Amino acid sequence: MNTAIGILLGIGLLFNVLGTVSLYRFPDVYTRLHGTTKCTTFGSLFTSAAVVVYGLTKFFQGFEGRFVTLSLHVMVAVLALLISNATGANAIARAAHRSGIMPVRAVFDRLAEDEKTMGRRVS
Amino acid sequence: MVIFVASALTYLLLVWAGGSIEWLEVVIALVFAGLISIMAKRWNPELPLRRSWLNPVRLVRFVVYLFGPFLVALVQANLDVAMRVITGKINPGIVRIPTGLASDGALTLLANSITLTPGTLTVDANDESRELYVHWINVTTEEPKASDICGTFPEWARRIAE
Repeated sequence: MNTAIGILLGIGLLFNVLGTVSLYRFPDVYTRLHGTTKCTTFGSLFTSAAVVVYGLTKFFQGFEGRFVTLSLHVMVAVLALLISNATGANAIARAAHRSGIMPVRAVFDRLAEDEKTMGRRVS
Repeated sequence: MVIFVASALTYLLLVWAGGSIEWLEVVIALVFAGLISIMAKRWNPELPLRRSWLNPVRLVRFVVYLFGPFLVALVQANLDVAMRVITGKINPGIVRIPTGLASDGALTLLANSITLTPGTLTVDANDESRELYVHWINVTTEEPKASDICGTFPEWARRIAE
C-alpha cells in the first residue's frame, strides 16, 4: 500500500512541477492561468488521493475512527479546491481582460470584437 | 432553505469522528447554518439556488458526471497541457460558444467545468444571449460549437441543474 501512496504522490508532484514550469514557458496571463491553476489542481487531486488512501488503510488496519475523519476532511477540501479554483481563475481572467490586457499571439479575440461592436461590456 | 440544510450537513460531516455525534454539536450546526442562510439572503436575495438541487436523482447524476465524463476530460486535457508546457506549442484565442442553457445555476456549472478542464478557460459570460467567452489554448475553428470545446458538458449541465 505504501507503493500506491508513493506513486500517487509522485504523479501529483510531477503535475505540480509542470504547472509551475508553465509560468516560465507561457507568454501571457491567460496561458499562464491554464498551467498554474489547473495543472496544480490536478496535482493536488493526486496528493489528496494519497492522503485518503493512507487514512482508509490505517482505518482498516484497526486504528480508530479519526483516520476516517482525516479522509473526509481531505475530500471536503478537494471539493472546495475544485470550486474556488475554477471561480478564481475565471475572476482573474475576466479582470485581466477588463483592464485591457490582450492575449499574446492570439489568432483572434471574439470578446474584444464583440465589445467593440456592442459598444459596452458583455456582462 | 437549501443553504441551511447544506451548511448544517457539512458541519456535522466535518465534526463526525466515526462514532455518535454530541447533541451540542447539532445545536451549533443549526445555529451557524441559520446565520449563514440569513447572511446569504441579505447579501443576494435572488441566489440562483433551487430546491430541485436537493433532488436525489440530480445529486446522483452530479456524482456520475463528476466521476465519469468530467474526470475523463480532466485527465485527457491535463496530459495535453502538460505536453504543451514541455514543447511550448500554443495557438491561443478567445472564442464565443453558444450554450442554450436557461438557468444561471447550469451556466455556472458549465463555466466552472470548462475552466477546470485545462486548455479552456472561461473569461466572460453574456447573460442575455447565454453565450460564454472561452480562452482556448489550441484554436482549431473560428466558430466552434459547444461540443468542440467541452464535449457533452452542456447536456450534463442541463440534466443536473435545470
